Amino acid sequence: MIDLLSSPWPWWIAGPAIGLTLTLLLLIGNRAFGVSSSLRHVCAAVAPGRSSLLRYDWRRAGLWNLAFVVGIAVGGLLAGQLLAGAEPLVVAEPTAEALEALGVEPGPGLVPPEIYSLQALATPQGLLVMVLGGFLVGFGARYAGGCTSGHGVTGLANGQLPSLVAVLGFFAGGLLATHVLLPWLLSGSTP
Amino acid sequence: MKTRRPEPAPAGRTLRWWPLAAYFAVGVFFGIVLIQSQVVSWFRIQEMFRFQSFHLYGVLASAVATSALFLRLARALDLRAVTGEPISIPGKTWGPGSRRRYAIGGTLFGLGWALAGTCPGPAYALIGYGSGGAVVVLLSALLGTRVYAALAERLPH
Repeated sequence: MIDLLSSPWPWWIAGPAIGLTLTLLLLIGNRAFGVSSSLRHVCAAVAPGRSSLLRYDWRRAGLWNLAFVVGIAVGGLLAGQLLAGAEPLVVAEPTAEALEALGVEPGPGLVPPEIYSLQALATPQGLLVMVLGGFLVGFGARYAGGCTSGHGVTGLANGQLPSLVAVLGFFAGGLLATHVLLPWLLSGSTP
Repeated sequence: MKTRRPEPAPAGRTLRWWPLAAYFAVGVFFGIVLIQSQVVSWFRIQEMFRFQSFHLYGVLASAVATSALFLRLARALDLRAVTGEPISIPGKTWGPGSRRRYAIGGTLFGLGWALAGTCPGPAYALIGYGSGGAVVVLLSALLGTRVYAALAERLPH
């Protein structure tokens, strides 16, 4: 059983499990599945300033969301400790070749340590990937009013046109970053 | 999952701690799913945006399909949450002053998603998993959120 749980889970398990996550949040207290709002609640709690977007009762609106995301981190911890975290990761051959050409070793970890680790903060590539990437994730998610969970799963499942537009935007941006921005950034790290 | 409460919970919800514990537990489940299905992997995101693996497309599509199925069921059966409210998802606003934001914000998010290979859910899961890089990504995302809030009134929506 543990063996089975420890190997990477296929999409047809993961997808419905995410659907179950959305279902449980609604059944418990009619809360809409969405993760990026937690970032807003943290800002509202810690540094609301004069922004009207951050002046609200974050406990009433967001405590549930914060409990949920703390749970996500604990889930990540448990998966890593008890289930060995679904590593080693095998990257699809063409992607592996493309990344190698850019100086990124494909696997076996979940993330590439050359550009995604505390040590990599010292390199311009790592700095841009993590800091610029993360900044855009937070900025863009709030601008669009949701992220992969809120728009990509909840909004699409609810048949919302705004979410479809947002998801198309996610892919437009993602394609641009993958095929133009990232190769340009990483070309400097090739030995 | 058979919860169909005959009547709403009394107003002025007295129960407060157990829903939080329940949301936490659902988060734990979701976090395990994110790691074990490798949805959190920078490499899987690269595969997706290079159209070289079906994995994440399958995850997203089947997540949407099962969620949509439940929402239909909830509507058909008029389900209520355990805390008493009728189950419904508030729609996003769509109209003058709230139309361009989805395309512009979505594209900016997508740029970050592919660069960092991490969206918000996976960032939390990776932090628990032990990735220092994900801590940097999450702090940067918090900064992005705060800067957006400061600039929002001056941005096209």
